[in-house]
Amino acid sequence: MNRTQLTRTTAARAAIASSAVLGLLALSGCGAAETGRSTEAGGTKTVSLTVPSWVGAQANVAVASYLLKKEMGYTVKSQQMGEVLAWDALSKGDIDAIMEDWGHPKEEKQYVENKKTVVKGGDLGVTGHIGWFVPKYYADKHPDVTDWKNLNKYAKDFATVESGGKGQILEGSPDYVTYDEALIKNLKLNLKPKFAGSEASQITAIRKYAKEKKPFLTYWWNPQWLNNEIEMVEVKLPEYKEGCDADLKKIACAYPNTPLQKFFNKDFAKDGGDAATFLKNFKWTTDQQNDVALMIADQKLSPEAAAEKWVKANESTWKAWIPKK
Amino acid sequence: MTAPTISATARDQREKPSPADGRPAPAGKFRTVLHHRAGRKLLPLAVAVLVLLPLGAALWGGGGWPAAQTVDVSGPLDDANDWVLDNRDTHPLFLYFLLHLSNSATSAVDAVYAGLAQLGWVGVTAGAVLLAWRAGGLGRSGLKVAATALAAFAVCGALGMWDPTLMTIALMIVAVAAASLVGVVLGLAAGLSDRFDRILRPVLDTMQVLPAFAYLLPFVLVFGTGTPAALLCTVIYAAPPMARLTALGMRGADAGVLEAATSLGSNGWQRLRTARLPLARKEMLLGLNQTIMMALSMVVIAALVGAGGLGEEVYSALSTVDVGKALAAGIPIVLIAIWLDRTTAAAGDRIGDSASSAAPSGRGRFLHGRWAWALVAAGTVAAAVAGRLAGARLWPEAWTYGISTPVNKAQEWITENLSSGVPVLGGTEVWSQNFTLWVLNPLHDGLTWLPWWALLLLVAGVAWLVGTWGTALTATLAMAGIGVLGVWDKSLNTLSQVLAALVVTLVIGFAVGIMAARARRFERVVRPVLDAMQTMPQFVYLIPVVALFGVTRASAIIAAVVYALPAVIRITTQGLREVDPAAMEASRSLGAGSRQQLLQVQLPLARPALQLAVNQGVVLVLAVVVVGGLVGGGALGYDVVKGLSRGEMGIGMTAGAAIVCLGLVLDRLTQPAKARARKGA
Repeated sequence: MNRTQLTRTTAARAAIASSAVLGLLALSGCGAAETGRSTEAGGTKTVSLTVPSWVGAQANVAVASYLLKKEMGYTVKSQQMGEVLAWDALSKGDIDAIMEDWGHPKEEKQYVENKKTVVKGGDLGVTGHIGWFVPKYYADKHPDVTDWKNLNKYAKDFATVESGGKGQILEGSPDYVTYDEALIKNLKLNLKPKFAGSEASQITAIRKYAKEKKPFLTYWWNPQWLNNEIEMVEVKLPEYKEGCDADLKKIACAYPNTPLQKFFNKDFAKDGGDAATFLKNFKWTTDQQNDVALMIADQKLSPEAAAEKWVKANESTWKAWIPKK
Repeated sequence: MTAPTISATARDQREKPSPADGRPAPAGKFRTVLHHRAGRKLLPLAVAVLVLLPLGAALWGGGGWPAAQTVDVSGPLDDANDWVLDNRDTHPLFLYFLLHLSNSATSAVDAVYAGLAQLGWVGVTAGAVLLAWRAGGLGRSGLKVAATALAAFAVCGALGMWDPTLMTIALMIVAVAAASLVGVVLGLAAGLSDRFDRILRPVLDTMQVLPAFAYLLPFVLVFGTGTPAALLCTVIYAAPPMARLTALGMRGADAGVLEAATSLGSNGWQRLRTARLPLARKEMLLGLNQTIMMALSMVVIAALVGAGGLGEEVYSALSTVDVGKALAAGIPIVLIAIWLDRTTAAAGDRIGDSASSAAPSGRGRFLHGRWAWALVAAGTVAAAVAGRLAGARLWPEAWTYGISTPVNKAQEWITENLSSGVPVLGGTEVWSQNFTLWVLNPLHDGLTWLPWWALLLLVAGVAWLVGTWGTALTATLAMAGIGVLGVWDKSLNTLSQVLAALVVTLVIGFAVGIMAARARRFERVVRPVLDAMQTMPQFVYLIPVVALFGVTRASAIIAAVVYALPAVIRITTQGLREVDPAAMEASRSLGAGSRQQLLQVQLPLARPALQLAVNQGVVLVLAVVVVGGLVGGGALGYDVVKGLSRGEMGIGMTAGAAIVCLGLVLDRLTQPAKARARKGA
């Protein structure tokens, strides 16, 4: 939250406050209101970024904001919101860039192809992968669990009071891309998805299982900071082939490897100047992102402090991102 | 808090026979009437069941709601969704109306925030303390309220949450101002016109039961993420108490006073201004108090769509599973609630006092009215200037304390030691499993085993037994509505969780309530705990709940119980306390023991209050169904969250509407029959 730039004259502001409340009700319809707010609001150079709910993406935003502020003299506004909402805000110009997107074909079609308000911003450099995972301590004892064909054999190990005799596969936040229900049906697995409803709940549940060394099966992904704390092994699903996920009802293959993408608001990409060039150049590896994510999630540093630490140690990486004068 | 929720107070007050009626409280007699009536109804009901059961079995067989009789509303909703997306930058409705609304909302909140930031921490704290003191009467009596305010702000600063706290307060000021204005206007209309009142009441009920998550999305579509959407959702959620209590105050105006005003030749407008409004002041202040509390409970949800402030802090703490940080952001919300509650309650008490006592004494005159306000303003400005001169605008960094690490350590220790392996008791995880196995699963299986028409019959029968034909009709239609929406199975899943949560809430709530009513000291210990339980955002305790009970429906139920319990305890305690002392005395002199007294005198006489507690329990449990979806509750709650986060209005609104229908059914099944009878009369 950085709102200090708003502090201007008191009396005038207080007057606006009262009149604005009245205005809210009176609603004079004297003219068309401004649509999206421009990026150069108030004459200062401002960049707005969305902060997604997972830590890896927070690491991107933390490092990008730190460099924009400290090295390039921008003001950065960051706003927390859901993924689809962020797409919408990006299209409206409320935010300028999404730094990490795991694939939203529907939104991409609507905003990039049809409305042309959003443009692609290139690879982030990190490759994301979604899959089914079991803890390593369990896979060590039962090595053949890592093939989906054997999952039915072990289903009873994953059963809980919630899963009605079937094996339970833990699902995360409704925000995240998943077609596990279709997979279970099409692969004829004796499993039942249990929707944790939020990433925090899912992580807490996984930690709880791991502490008690209990077997569990979960929808999970990489990069994720928790993987450094709890080792997990992926269960191999039928191999992903181009187009096998075309019909989501008939899908029977693994999730693809997704090179994570950046997306920019069209106007920002065109008129954003150095900031836009910098964000386009922003590209780092999975390990680098994980370093920052771990500092935030595990060592409980604030995102700014984590970014500062990383920036100090990796000058050669980020120097290349900053446009030459 | 003074009153648990609005519907509690409003219904409570509605129920109390006004002194003008001159009737004695008919509790005992009423009970016999009810028994008699219920008895009379049982016979026709049995006949109806005997006729309808074979008929239903022959016509429709068993199973869930037939797919042929559903209407898919998500299609049109998704179309509307797309229309808004395509047109919001060009259509005149947006350009000339909605965008003005959005822009003025943003600038209002920004301006208030900027004003508060200008005052500096010294100025804001001084202002809050003086305001509290003023509300408490500026004398020695107000010192306690003032001290509460001082402590609240000091802790907010010390937790390192000064800036988010200011942002949240700024949003609250604008939201509460707008909600109160809307509420007063609606309440005035409802208070003066019976017809408008009848139209308004179901609208207000819906506004409160419809999960905010469900209507966040349309607002986000129209206004984008950020302050406007957050503000408008908060206003919608917080306006109903103000409207209800204003209407109540208008209706409760003493007929004699109004008559006198008329005979003195005043016209309608003058009567409103000089007689009706002043007489309704106390109710309106209670309405303001409730509106503030409701608005505060939206802080975290509003942050989902980019409102910033304390809610955002809670969210970002959740993403790193940092309970300590979430708590550090949650405590200021509780403290703001306590500060505002005590302040408005003190103002309310004084209205009561000044009405009963004569003119203020000589010294008091100086500390009343305009003078007192001037004093508050002058004090605030002086403190702000002093603070600025000392160069302190932001809360000094050196005075903050991080509670995150110790809280996280404590949380880990607790969950590690309580979740399993506890001798004899077994631990929370074992309880959760047994609860699911022996209560939740059978309940759910039973509900889904019942053919859909049998469930409708059951609802109709029970509603008719406790109420009237009208009650039965509304409840049955609402239940059928769920089927038509095509979410029958999910709704039954949610219903089973709600019923289980209700049972747990009532068992614990009645037990604690009875204890609190009988032991004053116990009540004093429990009260702050209840305050915190009610105002602490549920998101703060999601992680500990999951750590203790796992990702299960039991966790969802625990979250609901924590939220609904305070209201049930309060209403129970209050109801038992208000039992006629004469009856208690009489029973004691007849030699009744303490236990007999409780079971045979106190509880039966407090029956209306206990019924109200049940009803409130239902409403509050339903209100957190969505939160349950975040910890493994699944069903409707999960769908509402999914609709919002995926931007799919169809899923979210359908699930939201189903929750409203469930609310209607359960409300009708549990509403105290007396209130119903009075309403019908």
